[in-house]
Formats: sequence, structure tokens, C-alpha cells
Amino acid sequence: MSSLDVSAIREDFPILQQFVHGKPLVYLDSAATSQKPENVIRALDTYYRVTNANIHRGIYQLAEQATEEYEAARKKTQKFINAKSWREIVWTRNATEALNLVAYSYGRANIHAGDEIVISLLEHHSNIVPWQLLAQEKGATLKYIPVDEQGQLALDDLENIITAKTKIVAVTMMSNVTGAIPPLDKIISRAHSVGAVAVIDAAQGAPHLPLDVRALDADFLAFSGHKMLGPFIGVLYGKRALLEAMPPFLGGGDMIRQVHLQESSWNDLPHKFEAGTPAIAEAIAFGAALDYLNALGMANVRAHEMELTRYALERLQEVPTLRVIGPADIAQRGGLAAFEMENIHPHDIAALLDRDAICIRAGHHCAQPLHDHFNLSATARASFYIYNTPKEIDQLVASLQNARKIFK
Amino acid sequence: MDDLYKELILDHAQHPHNHGALADATNAYEDTNPLCGDKIRMEMKIENGVITDVKFTGKGCAISQASASMLTDEIKGKSLDELKHIDKQVVLDMLGIPLGLSRIKCALLPLKVIKASAYGIHEASDEDEE
Ligand SMILES: Cc1ncc(COP(=O)(O)O)c(C=O)c1O
Repeated sequence: MSSLDVSAIREDFPILQQFVHGKPLVYLDSAATSQKPENVIRALDTYYRVTNANIHRGIYQLAEQATEEYEAARKKTQKFINAKSWREIVWTRNATEALNLVAYSYGRANIHAGDEIVISLLEHHSNIVPWQLLAQEKGATLKYIPVDEQGQLALDDLENIITAKTKIVAVTMMSNVTGAIPPLDKIISRAHSVGAVAVIDAAQGAPHLPLDVRALDADFLAFSGHKMLGPFIGVLYGKRALLEAMPPFLGGGDMIRQVHLQESSWNDLPHKFEAGTPAIAEAIAFGAALDYLNALGMANVRAHEMELTRYALERLQEVPTLRVIGPADIAQRGGLAAFEMENIHPHDIAALLDRDAICIRAGHHCAQPLHDHFNLSATARASFYIYNTPKEIDQLVASLQNARKIFK
Repeated sequence: MDDLYKELILDHAQHPHNHGALADATNAYEDTNPLCGDKIRMEMKIENGVITDVKFTGKGCAISQASASMLTDEIKGKSLDELKHIDKQVVLDMLGIPLGLSRIKCALLPLKVIKASAYGIHEASDEDEE
């Protein structure tokens, strides 16, 4: 019994009806970007056909309506992650920009020489490089929480890693390579006990796991709409008191209260962090994506992905020489499987699977330090979402068997 | 047989020619494909403007390994002038398979490294720039 009515869900995704190389499309790359349901596509279309106008400060009907829908999407986002106030939701381009916003604005104001920033070996480059830049600029030290042999964070030494010198702890809610879901409660409470802020990269967490920023007690949390049925837009959540105290990120229109010749004052939250005309249609359509996920229920989304992942891990064992990386315990991993096969490069695996219209990703998945740690130059990765089926996993396995035969 | 992985490609990829290090190399260069982390190192012996020997090492997909294997066969014994005429099209013809945008980068990495090794990096303009 599946927790989701997947055949009904598939009907809502026009792209999945398509054939590639004469075969039905098998999309197993949702960790890179998800497909979009009809209601999201329609929201974009309707916005441009019916509502298009620039928001805020427009007096006429269209501008009013656009502003209302745009702000309504922000409130949907607030509810989706259970933030206290809509003022704590800042639109960005993507999770990467949201993380950079924290590094530039909070980081530049609060990090000094000798301070420590703690991240983990599981991180995506977008949760590594902004902190490297900050540490280099300020003369701070960047430290890493290590991983165990299963690709889960190893917290045994946490007390010695997160110390009185630590000012920022930035970790992922779910690894896009090993799939590991780290015990964030332990990391966040340790961060708070030394007075550091906790920054959570929820680019993989938000699309796949129930999320409550208040229960988590995250100080900042970043995610991308495009990985969760929505368009290319991002979100930064930040605790209000922190956001209030931070200097702006980008300067320009919308983010100011008053502009004088030599200085300006800042608009209220969240507009202080939203300089210039934002991605209005994308924000509104992201609201439609959240409607879709809410109707399914995130607990059901998670249950469906756990079933699929359990099945995938079981079936993938049948392929000779194939080795999946990441935790064996399904409760500790999200819906993806990164793997390697002897004497066949992940690129070649992906190219052969493409012949069967199966889309997977090959490379270091923007997590080079993690691949280096495991001595892998690249891996192949299949990732699952609400529209994937056990049958597609069967097709994946059959195609991998074929690849194994070609590269004997 | 799969057209992308025809016998010739697989043969070169799995049993590459000119693989290894060159003890008396006069020129060497190494580069990676940032997209996939593939790495190729070329070591060459150039005497009086002629490539008398060449060997490569590196990690990568079948396309990049086959391309390196075939190219090293091709350039051995050629003069630096003749090497100038070996371009993107020569490599694609040699491989003789249809390649998408991202796989073309795999196919051309060995040529880029060969040219950087022979002429210096500034001369080895990326064949895939246009
Ligand atoms: C864990 C993780 N963090 C951050 C990102 C960056 O997301 P975006 O490219 O949308 O900013 C990704 C995307 O692959 C990711 O998987």
C-alpha cells in the first residue's frame, strides 16, 4: 500500500507523459530539480496572462492583485515551515543565494578574527564556499563535522568541534549525496549552548521531510522552490530578532525607507532584504506548489519516499559490483541512492541509462569534499519524489544490468 | 551494440594505448573537467619539434579515456606544426559517435591537455569556446 496515489499524481505532471528516444520518460533526478504539476504551470501562465504588474506602490487594480497574491505566497511559505511571522520569510533566487545572504549580512557583521565557523563534510558547495569566503576575509577558522563510514555525520566529538569560539554552525538537513538526515536537534542545541547561530541548508530537507522551524529552533534556514514542485525561486527563513539586527544584503529599490544623498534607512522586514523587483510570478506559483504538497501531506510524502528507497536499496543489490553509499537505515536517509560500479565511470552509466529514457545524475553533485573523503571522483545518483514508482526502479535496475553487460 | 559504446570506444577505454608515465618527458600538463572531475595528465617527449613519445594517465569516463588513447596514437611521430591541425573535428571524427554538449567536453579534454603540454597553456585555447 502506497501512502500516495501515485498514478493520480503522475497525471498532474505534463512532462511525465512524454517519450524520450521512443520510451516513456523515467525521471530520477528530482534532487537536482523536481518536475512541476499542472497547477504550478497554470499559476505562472495565469499570472502573465491576467495579473502581470509590478508589485508594491502600484495603486491600480492589477498591481494591487499582484501584490496580494505575492504576499499570500509568502504567508503560505510561513505556514509550510511553521515560522512565527511572515516577516521572517525572505525571497531569494535560490537556496544558494539565501545561504550567501546569511554569510554576507550576518557573517560580516558578527564574525571576527579568531572566531570559528563550523560546517560539515556532507555539505553542498553552496553551504561551503560562502563560509570559506567569510572565514578568509575575517581571519576566522572553518571547521568540519566529520562523517562516519556510512556517510552520516559523526557527532562523537561535537563538543570539541563546536566550542566557545564558534559563532556560526551551518549544516544540511539532508545530504544530496549520501541521503543522510543528520540529527539536527543535537547539533542545534550544541550550537545554542555556546551562543552560536544555527544555519540549516534545507534545499533537500524542505521538499522531502516534514519541517517545523520553531520545533527545530533553527536560526536561519534556506531552501529552493525548484526542488519542491515550484519555479526557480528561493527562500530564506530567519528569526526576526536576528534579521532585524542585520545590515542589508543588496541595496536598491524596495529595501529602503528613505534615501538621502549620503545615507539611507531600511524598510521593514522582509523587504529590507529584497532589493529590486523580485520574481513575482515565481513566488506566486511557488505558493501553488505548496498547495499541492499540503494536499498530499508531507508525512505521506516522506512515507512514500521511504517505501521507494527501501525497495530501491534492495533491488540495487542485484546489480553485480554496484555499491550504494549512505546510511543503510531508511529512517536516517532521504529518497535517493548514490552509487558506483566497478570499472564503469558514472558518466558512462548515466549515458547508457539515457538510452532507456532514464534520467539520473553523474558527477560529484557539488559535494567535492565529501567525494574526496570517500576517495571517489564521481558517483551516479538516482533520486525519488512523489511521482516515482517501484516500476521505475525496476526499469532502473534492468538498465543498470544492461550497462554492466556492456562494460564487462 | 550500443552506438555510443561501440566496440572501438570500449576497447580503447578498457585497454588504453600509451597509458602510464614517461620517464624522460620534456613536456607535461594536467587538467580537469570541472563538470565531472575527470582528470587527464599528458607527458610528452618532444625532440627537434617532433613528438617522439607520449603517455597519459588519469581518471575519467569511457569517452575521455578513449579519446586520450586514440589521440596519443595519432600524434606520436607528428611535428608540432602538424599537431596544430588536429582540432575538435579531428577528435570527433576519430571517435565517430554522436556526442551531446556535456560529453563533448569529456571528448576534448585530452586534446586540450596535449596542446597545453606541447605549446603552453595560453596557446591551447579551449576548442569548445565558440
Ligand atoms: C543540499 C543542497 N544544498 C544546496 C543546494 C543548492 O540549491 P540551489 O542550486 O537551488 O541554490 C542543493 C542543490 O543541489 C542541495 O542539494
